[in-house]
Amino acid sequence: MNIDTENRESTNTARRNFLAGIAGMAGVSIASGVTLFSFAEAKEAGEAVTSKVRWGMLIDTNKCEDGCTKCVSACNKENGIGTTGRAETDPQWIRKVQLRDPKTGNQTSLPMMCQHCAEPPCVDVCPTGASFKRADGIVLVDKHSCIGCRYCMMACPYKARSFVHEALEDQKSHAPRGKGTVESCTLCVHRIDKGGIPACVEACADEAGGAMLFGDLNDPKSEIAKRVAKYASRQIRADLGLNPGVRYQGI
Amino acid sequence: MRLGVFSILGLLFLSLAVMTSSAQADGVPTPQIPKALQKTEKGHAELMRRNHMDLMLHKRDKTVHEGIRGKQYSLKACVSCHAVPGPDKQPVSIKSPKHFCRACHDYAAVSVDCFQCHSSKPPSSAGLVNLLEGFLKR
Repeated sequence: MNIDTENRESTNTARRNFLAGIAGMAGVSIASGVTLFSFAEAKEAGEAVTSKVRWGMLIDTNKCEDGCTKCVSACNKENGIGTTGRAETDPQWIRKVQLRDPKTGNQTSLPMMCQHCAEPPCVDVCPTGASFKRADGIVLVDKHSCIGCRYCMMACPYKARSFVHEALEDQKSHAPRGKGTVESCTLCVHRIDKGGIPACVEACADEAGGAMLFGDLNDPKSEIAKRVAKYASRQIRADLGLNPGVRYQGI
Repeated sequence: MRLGVFSILGLLFLSLAVMTSSAQADGVPTPQIPKALQKTEKGHAELMRRNHMDLMLHKRDKTVHEGIRGKQYSLKACVSCHAVPGPDKQPVSIKSPKHFCRACHDYAAVSVDCFQCHSSKPPSSAGLVNLLEGFLKR
């Protein structure tokens, strides 16, 4: 029985051209000249992701306000992350971090989440292969094979991963989560696969300062690639050589 | 004469009993499988009855690792089309013995652990509510 229904040969190129046309129009219709992500890379639903794309994020800390947690609540809402009332064991995909320079008193606020490293240590240490990097650079946990050993949580220098300690109910259809597995920011992979942008980026643009920019680092025409080329940005703990996909401006 | 009336009545009750619970036909209990909301291609039921676990396993790896998200063989599509309306006309969750997956799995005593993580209800949308309403009127 042939269960591989995704027949590459019969890919309907007419549809692809049509989609590309729509993408072009949408790109133009954003009047401010700011495209939040590159439309050209939108793939068809039946197509596998490729390494031609490297999804990344650029966070401008100058636009990130102290005490604003719009990105955090948007993430929680999107992925159905609730609280058990025991904050210490609550999962957390994105958090706000406050930095203070003791010499000047200068304070910086920034969101911290999975940095989607090119060389992810969580993938290196995973004993079952559950922690993996997708071809387009998104680091994920395949919860079907996660045994909950939490080795990846120890390996991650960004403390980006959480363990689900308690049984869950009423999960979101697009974000399956369950007791006994490790989880972290997925870059809203379910949205990206449909040509969308992460919920946190959307919320920051709509309700806050628009400090987060999402896009394809490999596409020289994308807004994010242009910005990282023009302005100085930093990867946190760049000394570890992990090449994170999330970059910060203003730190 | 009286015996004749009783036997006819008896037959009537018997046939009624058979009609109301087809699951007990031939004295062998079979699972009561709820009807799907939409019609699919021919042979779907036969294919799925034997192969749903393999098809879904294949689809799951394609989706998680390669980002291939089609409707075919996706768990979301399964629970959407096989939604069973509860007393409140909303789709029931896996907690209810009326849930489509449980109808067979309870019968076969095979536990399903999909729904420890996955949602057993269709993604809430107006379209589905309409579909359910249409189904209830049917």
